[in-house]
Amino acid sequence: MNELKKLMKNNIEKFGMVIALAGLILIFSVLTGGTILSPLNITNLIMQNSYIIILAIGMVLVIITGEIDLSVGSVAAFVGAVAGVLLINLELSVYIAIPLALLTGALIGAWHGFWIAYMKIPAFIVTLAGMLLFRGLTMVTLGGRTLAPFPAEFRTISSQFIDDWFNGNEYHLLTIVIAAVAILSYVVYEVMRRRKNIELNISVESNGLFIAKLVFIALVMVAFTERMASYAGLPYIFFLLLALVLGYTFFTNKTVSGRHVYAVGGNEKAAQLSGVKSQKVKFWVFVNMGVLSAVSGLMFAGRLNAATPQAGQLFELDAIAAAVIGGASLTGGAGTVVGALIGALIMGLLDNGMSIMGVGIDWQQAIKALVLLGAVAFDIINKNKKK
Amino acid sequence: MSNSILRMKNITKEFPGVKALDDVNFEVAEGEIHALVGENGAGKSTLMKVLSGVHPKGTYKGDIIYGGEETAFETINDSEEQGIVIIHQELALIPELSVAENIFLGNEQLTHRFLDWRKTNNKARELTKRVGLKADVADLINQIGVGQQQLVEIAKALSKDVKLLILDEPTAALNEQESENLLNLIEEFKAQGITSIIISHKLKEVLSVADNITILRDGKTIETIKNDNISENRIIKGMVGRELSDLYPSRNNTVGDVKFEIENWSLDNISSAKKQIITNASLNVRSGEVVGIAGLMGAGRTEFMMSVFGRSYGKYLDGKIKIDGKEVNITNVKEAIDHGIAYVSEDRKEYGLILDESIKQNISLANLHALKDGMTVNSYKEKDVGEEYRQKLNIKTPSIEQKVSNLSGGNQQKVVLGKWMYTDPDILILDEPTRGIDVGAKSEIYKLINELAAQGKSVLVVSSELPELLGVCDRIYTLSFGEITGEFPIEEAEQEKLMTYMTLNGGN
Repeated sequence: MNELKKLMKNNIEKFGMVIALAGLILIFSVLTGGTILSPLNITNLIMQNSYIIILAIGMVLVIITGEIDLSVGSVAAFVGAVAGVLLINLELSVYIAIPLALLTGALIGAWHGFWIAYMKIPAFIVTLAGMLLFRGLTMVTLGGRTLAPFPAEFRTISSQFIDDWFNGNEYHLLTIVIAAVAILSYVVYEVMRRRKNIELNISVESNGLFIAKLVFIALVMVAFTERMASYAGLPYIFFLLLALVLGYTFFTNKTVSGRHVYAVGGNEKAAQLSGVKSQKVKFWVFVNMGVLSAVSGLMFAGRLNAATPQAGQLFELDAIAAAVIGGASLTGGAGTVVGALIGALIMGLLDNGMSIMGVGIDWQQAIKALVLLGAVAFDIINKNKKK
Repeated sequence: MSNSILRMKNITKEFPGVKALDDVNFEVAEGEIHALVGENGAGKSTLMKVLSGVHPKGTYKGDIIYGGEETAFETINDSEEQGIVIIHQELALIPELSVAENIFLGNEQLTHRFLDWRKTNNKARELTKRVGLKADVADLINQIGVGQQQLVEIAKALSKDVKLLILDEPTAALNEQESENLLNLIEEFKAQGITSIIISHKLKEVLSVADNITILRDGKTIETIKNDNISENRIIKGMVGRELSDLYPSRNNTVGDVKFEIENWSLDNISSAKKQIITNASLNVRSGEVVGIAGLMGAGRTEFMMSVFGRSYGKYLDGKIKIDGKEVNITNVKEAIDHGIAYVSEDRKEYGLILDESIKQNISLANLHALKDGMTVNSYKEKDVGEEYRQKLNIKTPSIEQKVSNLSGGNQQKVVLGKWMYTDPDILILDEPTRGIDVGAKSEIYKLINELAAQGKSVLVVSSELPELLGVCDRIYTLSFGEITGEFPIEEAEQEKLMTYMTLNGGN
């Protein structure tokens, strides 16, 4: 128990977020009489928040480099509009239209990155201009109207579920099979890592705590699977999110470029003098943000089954809030992809829970604002205490 | 001791896991200049923080008696009200504001609740005169030099009716002339009845001005000695607990062929308003040789070296770099590193370290590619590397996972050196490698320079401390106003001669 306490104390930021998320789930399941944990609602939670999660992953990288991107909502809308024109007006195949849409996002990111990294214009200004520019261009592209409907193929990833090869009745069997494989590989991975650490004489948690951790996480995964399997199974977008979260976590933790992103945000001058090409790093972080904005725009358009001029409004603020609640520091150098994911889930859960409770959109806004402020204040007060 | 203005009795201050001060006693007599010396991490700054209320009462044990009364300050404002002013090593001035505005920042001169500019400027003028500041009170801080800025800080202290002035490493960033002026000023204050405490690593200065010297080591008071014909070695002995027989260890290096040459290097400012920084500078370093560049602050030393290191400063105009006699084209830092050049900056916090990252991560930063295992950085290997350099360089820390911001200056400098040694360079440029670090760490760094030379590496040392250059170099170039003015083998070099060449073509 002491070990657990010590672990919690040293990682209060990490655990703080998870505890906040768990607490929220608990509070809302009481307040909504369990509705929030119903299979349908959990599925909705994932699908409704997918576009913010995708943006938050890109945003956390931008914030780690010490920059900001206010344009992502408008860019998502613009890419949605471009996709609408390509697919609906020009009737192009999705295999051409989607790559073109992603390319559009990349080019927009490159445009921002060029001004910010190479011309040294503050990101706040460049992306504020981008926010207005691409909102305007969205309306120009759509002629102020809404384009609908999209072909069914286009909507697969954003709103369809994986088929059940096994024809389960009550439960979606393929989902259960996938989950079983996932839990097993997770356990094997953890055990292997622990073994290697012991072999290399790196301190590890005690046996009891290690097993408790594995059992706990496995149980969470089982519970999640049960919920998903008793509705329609896993949606395609779940796999996209999983791939993004795992891929970007790998990138930030394990690759040289990922480490360079943190170095540039931690101290740009020192990074430069250590041979890190900081301009290049920033440029590519914005290109990446552009691509993820495009992905997010496509998912939103697909789910709405329409390209509208109002798409993506205030997405940028949700994405920034998610990253910051997840522990990213606006001064740069700190933040994690998993943190951003949890931040986005907290925001999404608040929206969802309050909607079920029948809280009006007005109060929802106000409460979300206070949560954002509270989360950051908690983090900063905690850090100051450590000093 | 006569009338003491300050007595700190049995002060103990603990941080999580460290006892920073352990039953420290410290007494300062009214009207004296008292020096506080000790290695980095000895507890000098912590003691001053306890005194000034940065660490308020309750967070430490012990008593403070100031002006005959027992006191405990809750905040810096409290202590300033009582006439205790600290001037920190890192100056706390606002670059975009004028000298006068900075002097009265937080203490604005008002008439009927509104700013009174005439009063502000007149009072500021009086104060600047008192401290001998040449700049006009309307000049912006970023237009005047570091030495002048220091004087602004002192003027600010005077404006608060200071009784006890504490200067933390006041001359670290100053050249010799400026340092001398500052020390004279402190002596003048003494004549006016202001008591001063100076914290300094420059023992020569301490010996020239201090009346009494208190030595701290590992959070404990070792002794307070009267400055009465004592030697530097006497103090060093107290600081390190042993006699440093020779601060500059001798070395047996065999100097080889010319390894690194810079030819006709010229460099301009980006805003070409000021004059050219470097004009036609040429120099060379042989393998296994330690070469010094001596120059006053503002001579262009750092700018020159940073420009050579992948054009990291100013606008490159002209010049060649040759390695092993072959011309190489280096236009960015990456290429410089790939050609085996390393540059240890004079400002480790600003240019050398990522303070919020761990020791391990800072050491690996410049050579992450060497840790690659396929696509990924091998974190086990990274740990080994961190551990290896921690041992090699004797970095004092409980763990290499520690953030470098928690280390003392000397240990931070070792981390920077470790980072560059890990890139396995042939040519090391060390810019003020011992600035602001204690004698013990200094001597370790000199030893390290010797080891590097013995391995056949070429080392260029930039320094404003002539004894240091004379102690470690085989050959010294003098740099003055952007031009190389002389080259001296160590046998021919002596302080006066170097100083003459370092001040040539002044005013052109």
